[in-house]
Amino acid sequence: MAQEHGQQPPIATYVKVWGMLFVLAAMSYSVGYFNVQGLLRWILLVVLMLLQAGLIVSLLMHLVWERLALVFAIILPPTLLVALIGIGALDGFSTLSTRNMFFGAEATPPPAAEHSK
Amino acid sequence: MTQSAPTSSAASVPGPQSFGTLIADISSDQRAFKNVPWAKVMMWVFLLGDVFVFGSFLISYMNVRLSTPVPWPHPAEVFALTVGGKPIPLLLVAVMTFVLTTSCGTMSLAVGYGYQRDRQRALLWLLVTALLGASFVGMQAIEWTKLIHEGVRPWSNPLGAAQFGASFFMITGFHGTHVTIGVIFLVIVAIKVARGDLENMRPGFMTGRKGGYEIVEILSLYWHFVDLVWVFIFAVFYLW
Repeated sequence: MAQEHGQQPPIATYVKVWGMLFVLAAMSYSVGYFNVQGLLRWILLVVLMLLQAGLIVSLLMHLVWERLALVFAIILPPTLLVALIGIGALDGFSTLSTRNMFFGAEATPPPAAEHSK
Repeated sequence: MTQSAPTSSAASVPGPQSFGTLIADISSDQRAFKNVPWAKVMMWVFLLGDVFVFGSFLISYMNVRLSTPVPWPHPAEVFALTVGGKPIPLLLVAVMTFVLTTSCGTMSLAVGYGYQRDRQRALLWLLVTALLGASFVGMQAIEWTKLIHEGVRPWSNPLGAAQFGASFFMITGFHGTHVTIGVIFLVIVAIKVARGDLENMRPGFMTGRKGGYEIVEILSLYWHFVDLVWVFIFAVFYLW
């Protein structure tokens, strides 16, 4: 091994992570294949997704071998996305209720020319 | 996993991984990221930006999907392939996921063999990775062709909500572009490895900077990131 910076995991580590990624991806696919529904589908999808993401970022992208200063600089900013998800969901639901109110099947026709003087 | 095989120690920067070193690093003069090649930091900064690009795409997709009263097409049916007269849901997408995950493993092998100075094996796995990436883009082209023939457009969609077409072409198109760029860079780095540029620290074509085998690792960051994004796309676009 050479004079490169940091620490390098042995190749066997990569192969193990690779195998685990296959298993997790196959599990994700079976959630779709067997059409699991409801809350269980969401829990399974999110957990499997985050497990795969964690394996890739921590081991394949070597983040566990990096110094904490770099780790924090990388991991902290994306947590902002949680706020964006919340804002996007709130806005989506409110737009849906507005659309249902005005364009939906059960919407009453708009009152004619109420605002014209 | 264990923290194994330390290959070098930072003589200038002692201390274990602790919050003390974190604060010392951040507050130190001139250089916050000790022992990290600047090109690697730059790749991480770029990827951090890309996190927000894809994050914004996926969140806006969630937003338009939640806000439309028109029924969303069922991805398991839209992306089903018929094999032997029986539709198998998401078959092509599953094969694409399989190919991309495989390419992640081969990329890591290239990094490992590169640091071991095993030039031939590193070259072999780089080329296999490029080939897998190219076949991923090819399968994506098949998928796009199928949907376009069914009449799906970024502005309209005979299968249901129009936002489906916009989201699909935008998100998978951006991801496919990333894969394509990755394949190009894999070929460039493979040429460098084949010529032995990295042993001799020969400067690159467009730069006077000398590159060693860490450029394979930096490329692998990009490639793994592309797979990471696919994990999220697969879960929230195809399996929602």
